[in-house]
Amino acid sequence: MAEASQKIPVTVLTGYLGAGKTTLLNRILSENHGKKYAVIVNEFGEIGIDNDLIIGADEEVFEMNNGCVCCTVRGDLVRIMDGLMKRKGKFDAIIVETTGLADPAPVAQTFFVDEDVQKNARLDAVVTVADAKWLSDRLKDAPEAKNQIAFADVIVLNKTDLVSKPELAEVEARIRGINPYAKLHRTERCQVGLTDVLERGAFDLDRILEIEPDFLEAGDDHDHDHDHHHHDHDHHHHHDHDHGHGGLKHYHDEDMQSLSLRSEKPLDPTKFMPWLQNLVATEGQKILRSKGILAFTGDDDRYVFQGVHMMLEGDHQRKWKDGEKRESRVVFIGRELPEQAIRDGFEQCITT
Amino acid sequence: MKEFDPGEAPSSIVSITDRVKPLPLGAAVGSVHFLGDRAFFVGAEESVAIATADGEITRTETHFGAILCAVSDGKRLVTGGDDGKLIAIDAKGETSVIATDAKRRWIDNVALHSDGTLAWSAGKTAFVRNPKGEEKTFEVPSTVGGLAFAPKGLRLAIAHYGGVTLWFPNMAANPEFLEWAGSHLAVSFSPDNKFLVTAMHEAAMHGWRLADNRHMRMSGYPGRVRSMSWSVGGKGLATSGADTVIVWPFTSKDGPMGKEPAMLAPMPARVAVVACHPKNDIMAVGYADGTVLIVRLEDGAEILVRRNTGAAVSALGWNAKGTLLAFGTEDGDAGILEM
Repeated sequence: MAEASQKIPVTVLTGYLGAGKTTLLNRILSENHGKKYAVIVNEFGEIGIDNDLIIGADEEVFEMNNGCVCCTVRGDLVRIMDGLMKRKGKFDAIIVETTGLADPAPVAQTFFVDEDVQKNARLDAVVTVADAKWLSDRLKDAPEAKNQIAFADVIVLNKTDLVSKPELAEVEARIRGINPYAKLHRTERCQVGLTDVLERGAFDLDRILEIEPDFLEAGDDHDHDHDHHHHDHDHHHHHDHDHGHGGLKHYHDEDMQSLSLRSEKPLDPTKFMPWLQNLVATEGQKILRSKGILAFTGDDDRYVFQGVHMMLEGDHQRKWKDGEKRESRVVFIGRELPEQAIRDGFEQCITT
Repeated sequence: MKEFDPGEAPSSIVSITDRVKPLPLGAAVGSVHFLGDRAFFVGAEESVAIATADGEITRTETHFGAILCAVSDGKRLVTGGDDGKLIAIDAKGETSVIATDAKRRWIDNVALHSDGTLAWSAGKTAFVRNPKGEEKTFEVPSTVGGLAFAPKGLRLAIAHYGGVTLWFPNMAANPEFLEWAGSHLAVSFSPDNKFLVTAMHEAAMHGWRLADNRHMRMSGYPGRVRSMSWSVGGKGLATSGADTVIVWPFTSKDGPMGKEPAMLAPMPARVAVVACHPKNDIMAVGYADGTVLIVRLEDGAEILVRRNTGAAVSALGWNAKGTLLAFGTEDGDAGILEM
């Protein structure tokens, strides 16, 4: 069986119509990084680069025959992955571009449900390109745009040059009201460091290190990151940055929100695991993403899990370090989450 | 605890591994077909390797890219590729381009009729071309998962999401639609033309009795069924997907309905490929651990052809007379056995 590292990483690139997905894709393909990408696009011809590994897809969303309504996969992707695996060794990574109106969940679920796909490839991250000028409007009138923000591991907030500072602060606050955990990068013409969008390991259990809202930790490592691989960059991140923390507006999105749970006391695994499984089985349609670092009673190992709708995967990750705070953190991002019921259920799992 | 050493293959299994002519092809094998007494190993990409029973190998370049599908009627081999081309190779190894997709879409499936009519698919479109060169197309609601010609008449089964469409390219009549929820991939008619079966994206097979479209559910597999083969006379359908060969009985008018399948040749690895012998009630079985067995359908008696070395077996094929067996693996090893 292939080790995680030998599996081909797959980046899902989403974003509402006109946000700049194709611009980012063209940048990834034309930049001199010495890597070869297989690209699965929804429309041929938009990409100006000649590459025999650009594949047109039909976005066929199939329901699985397992009675679970949210368990959908991209049937075309299963087929394309099968074909691409015949050319293993000819490319380093795969990028799947979705249409502007697509829900990222079926794409992500394809990489968890299908045995053959899972054997050869691993989902790396969901990257959402958002239009700084129009996103606030779309979040009001387009549920697809909201879905894409909620689902994202990385958000490229593009066209920041077309908005004023207060407008930018406004749109960022709206994004954070839905998904405070995604890495957010402000760009013009999608000028983002490729290492900020590729090889993120966002679905890699070994890389679930901490679960903190992005803007609390953004400061340092955020800007460093950019400096060394952004030669042609005008460093507009820097001057924009500091006022972000102090003057941050807070929005609570009416129907899409995140929910964070925390316990300093250890959890009872015989209670927590059945509770979590039952929760995603009953509320999985509402829960887009979930993630957790857990400290179990009498267990010296950190347990980590992550999930998409009803699909969960989890494992012991490593020993808790000496002096490390053995704290459990769980995060859900979803639509109309039954917050009180989830909080109560979590409380019941704490060892007393 | 003492170490448990299973040693060589159990002594009860007859081994003929030393009679196999090794063919180190060096490139992953997708499928193997006999044209005459030469084995045509279709690579995962670009080329077809042609081998004689003596172990002589020649190579023919075909597609510029991955070879996605291949079919043979014993006279010619037809392959479809991700370069949008459909290529025919004759018994001499000469290639000719039959069709090129206008949009350079992948050619996902190909099927051959006994009268020489050819069918292929790209995306949602199925194409049929008769020996005179007349071409017709048919569009199904989702990407074509598999194609098969009925053994009688000119009728093409097109598998897709939600069922199978039966199309009569030479008739004005509306195509028939056999509905069953889920994504249908490989499709096959029983040799007596009474049943149609599909391998699904889920770990299950589905079937219809064509006289009354009665459903046959064939489930319980731990993995997807990627290979199926009718035994001689269509008495049984051997399938991969479990750690034994699952053989569904098709001898009665009800097919496998209400019957248990035979489970033959259990191994500690998944069955990857099956190929029934063209004349006798035996089959060749390739496993995910590289093992190749010949198994008698009647009682499951086994003969070892290849030990469990290297990658999964990905191709098996008999010549028409049933005197030669060829196998190929995902890591580019292959062999040919004279019976």
